[in-house]
Amino acid sequence: MKSSHILELIGMANDTSFPAEKDCLPLYLSTVQAGFPSPADDYIDKKINLHEFLVRNKSATFFLKAHGESMLGAGIYDGDLLIVDRSIEASHNKIVIAAIDGELTVKRLLRRARQVVLAPENPDYPEFDITHKEHVYIWGVVTYAIHKVQ
Amino acid sequence: MPADFSSEKYKNILNPNMLWALVDCNNFYASCEELFRPDLKNKPIVVLSNNDGCIVARSKKAKELGIPMGEPEYKIRSFLKLHHVAVFSSNYALYGDISARVMQIIGDICPCEPYSIDEAFCQMEKSLVQNSFEVAKLIRDRIQKWVGITCSVGIAPSKTLAKLANHLAKKGHGICMLHPEQENFEDILKHIPVGEIWGIGKKQTEKLLRYSIKTAWDFKNTPEEWVQKHFTITGLKTLRELHGVSCIDIDFSDTPKSLICSRSFGVRIQSFQELLEAVSSFTVRGSERLRHKKLVASGMCVHIRTSPHAENCYRNTAGASFPYPLNDTKSMLPVAKGLLQQIYKENYYYMKAGILFYGILPVHGMQKNFLSLLDENKEQETEKLMLALDTINKRYGKRTIKFGAEGITSAAWHMKQEHKSSYDPQDLNHLPPVKL
Repeated sequence: MKSSHILELIGMANDTSFPAEKDCLPLYLSTVQAGFPSPADDYIDKKINLHEFLVRNKSATFFLKAHGESMLGAGIYDGDLLIVDRSIEASHNKIVIAAIDGELTVKRLLRRARQVVLAPENPDYPEFDITHKEHVYIWGVVTYAIHKVQ
Repeated sequence: MPADFSSEKYKNILNPNMLWALVDCNNFYASCEELFRPDLKNKPIVVLSNNDGCIVARSKKAKELGIPMGEPEYKIRSFLKLHHVAVFSSNYALYGDISARVMQIIGDICPCEPYSIDEAFCQMEKSLVQNSFEVAKLIRDRIQKWVGITCSVGIAPSKTLAKLANHLAKKGHGICMLHPEQENFEDILKHIPVGEIWGIGKKQTEKLLRYSIKTAWDFKNTPEEWVQKHFTITGLKTLRELHGVSCIDIDFSDTPKSLICSRSFGVRIQSFQELLEAVSSFTVRGSERLRHKKLVASGMCVHIRTSPHAENCYRNTAGASFPYPLNDTKSMLPVAKGLLQQIYKENYYYMKAGILFYGILPVHGMQKNFLSLLDENKEQETEKLMLALDTINKRYGKRTIKFGAEGITSAAWHMKQEHKSSYDPQDLNHLPPVKL
């Protein structure tokens, strides 16, 4: 039985910037024991394009820079690069960009019994009841938050 | 006297197999500025031309305030302040990004020819004609949802009529169809001043008015021979287009024939050194664009001029071919300097300078001549250097690494851009902010 320390090696680091095609990382096909790629893996089948992976719909996807701490619980931190897809329907439980009080802000969209709210994921921040607020609108749906791990 | 429809040339009239749709973004620049600024929704916004000169775009609310297009900003500065109008310098990085998204969306739905930064002609062939209205609605809704920009669509059997239909769409519900066969065609055309027809300029309008041709309907009913005599073949094409015969072709090839980088200066400049910094800087920007698009140029021109209204008026251009087509900044800068030396004259107050690359070719398929073969190693070094430069400037922001020739101070010749929004959706260092 394969145990949990088995890793799938999906790419190798290199130092060029994405997303140009030549900069894509090679994708190895088989699963390998941690740290010991099999000699049979020395062929390259196709390359990973991180941009393609992160951006499903190019025309509708925007990168935004996040500032603040209200979404720590969702794993979104101050300074994160957010990938926002406007073509996705904003439904219950999606993390969305919403325009509140003239500002774009990140919150979780929750539909409750008789209420629609924009909820933070940090107890220090308030919830916004947007049930009958006409001036509030959803700008897009957040699909990824990118940050450097410490 | 109505035109004669029996002739062979009208064979294709009202061809039901082909319609044109003109998709035009409403108040494009102003809408782009509003996109990341919910606080500006339904507020008056104006965008200024290069150098913060004149008003080149207005939001709906700004139009309602009666702010005219093309008005110099300084003339109405207090009015703008009084009415809390948001004023922006042009941010072409932002407008270009949004435009590319709009064009992509349209192109995914039907064949399209971008006509300007904010409008595109789409071809609706057989299969689409039946549901042209639904297709137009799909395009419009998708641009609204995916990009956040409102556009209007005019549909007609010719581009000229599609343009008119688009004007009507803007006044109405966003989509409008105009067809010579429809009942109220005459009524609609009778309400359109002749000067509003696409391709009829100010001069032509004056001339037409002298002959009492006041409306689009009047013009449509003018004999072909007369139109050709007074307005050449261009006028004749416009006439036929009004009859629903598509005959204006717009040629868009993927490789531009030339590439221009030019600016008006923030202040007038006199010294050779400052002018050289400006010209060098344009050369750097231009060559970056060539490399980005994987193109090379065969040669370049440098152009300088004073204000045409200056007492001491001067303008001149000089050009030179490169030893072989290239795109590396290092080889271009000395050429640019040499050209400027040829045309620079002391004691003039220069207002504008620019460079133009001509003979543009794709990098691939480029024939290397023996001059470049001799220097292959050196050339590879240069290529690597330029790649490193572009990579650094892309990652850490424009102009992180500069050429000495560009100057290191924030020179006086820089464009005045006091109100520029800093957003550039393509630049990691200038992404729009969002609050957590």
